[in-house]
Amino acid sequence: MPAIQSPGTEEIHPDVALVARAKEGDTAAFEQLVRQYERQIFRVAQHITQNREDAEDITQDAFLKAYEKLDQFQGNSKFSTWLVRIAVNESLMRLRKRKTSKTVSMDEDVQTEEGSIPRDFAEWRPNPEQLYGQAELGEILRKTIQGLPPGFRTVFTLRDIENLSTEETAEALGLSVPAVKSRLLRARLQLRERLSRYFRQQKEGQTA
Amino acid sequence: MTCTDFLSQLTDYFDGQISPELLEEVRAHTASCSHCEVVLDTTRKTISVYRDHEVYEISTEFRDRLHAAIMKKCAEKGKLGCP
Repeated sequence: MPAIQSPGTEEIHPDVALVARAKEGDTAAFEQLVRQYERQIFRVAQHITQNREDAEDITQDAFLKAYEKLDQFQGNSKFSTWLVRIAVNESLMRLRKRKTSKTVSMDEDVQTEEGSIPRDFAEWRPNPEQLYGQAELGEILRKTIQGLPPGFRTVFTLRDIENLSTEETAEALGLSVPAVKSRLLRARLQLRERLSRYFRQQKEGQTA
Repeated sequence: MTCTDFLSQLTDYFDGQISPELLEEVRAHTASCSHCEVVLDTTRKTISVYRDHEVYEISTEFRDRLHAAIMKKCAEKGKLGCP
């Protein structure tokens, strides 16, 4: 449950001033916002679409759209959450157009029970970082998250990689908090199961 | 607490939104169930390995293109402050 904050103790986010300046036409303020969030928006788009070119297009479109619609940003949410929401919508739209996946809606891919029940109970020893080099580990992480249904990897990306709160994730995706929690559990368990193929402790004499 | 109950508390556990009573129950369960203890530990590692490694990075070429596009848009709009 969200913590109840007493009035006056909430700090004003530094973005509020930048957004106000950008609305007045201060380009430097908008550029500052772009610099702050370009990596995050790109990562979100790339995680959802799994395609670099698409992610670059989406990032550019999202910022241009945000600039265009700045007057419509009411400040009820964080600027970054608003921006993420634009990027997520563009990304899902792009996926639908590509039709490489049957399940591109945030609502469709929750039926599957696959991976929701843990099956692999091997420990991960030593830690993944000790088992693999940076490049190899990066490849494993990319390949593994690619295999998740888009709705699951989107929730995991926002909540666990980008560190949005459950409430912010729900807002960015237009989902309820319980829906985010249920997808997040499945996403985490499915990823864990898939990663375990690489990271599970090998019994003596066994090869990976 | 059964293994199914444990799984249903996992999200709240990781998000620090679990009540002290349930937290105690989760701890007692994982102390006695080696399977769930592994699930807890490896799920924690799943989250941290993704959090700690930037899987996708923006390229310098794209960043330059992005900023050029934004400056162009801003010039088109003819707002104050545009170079």
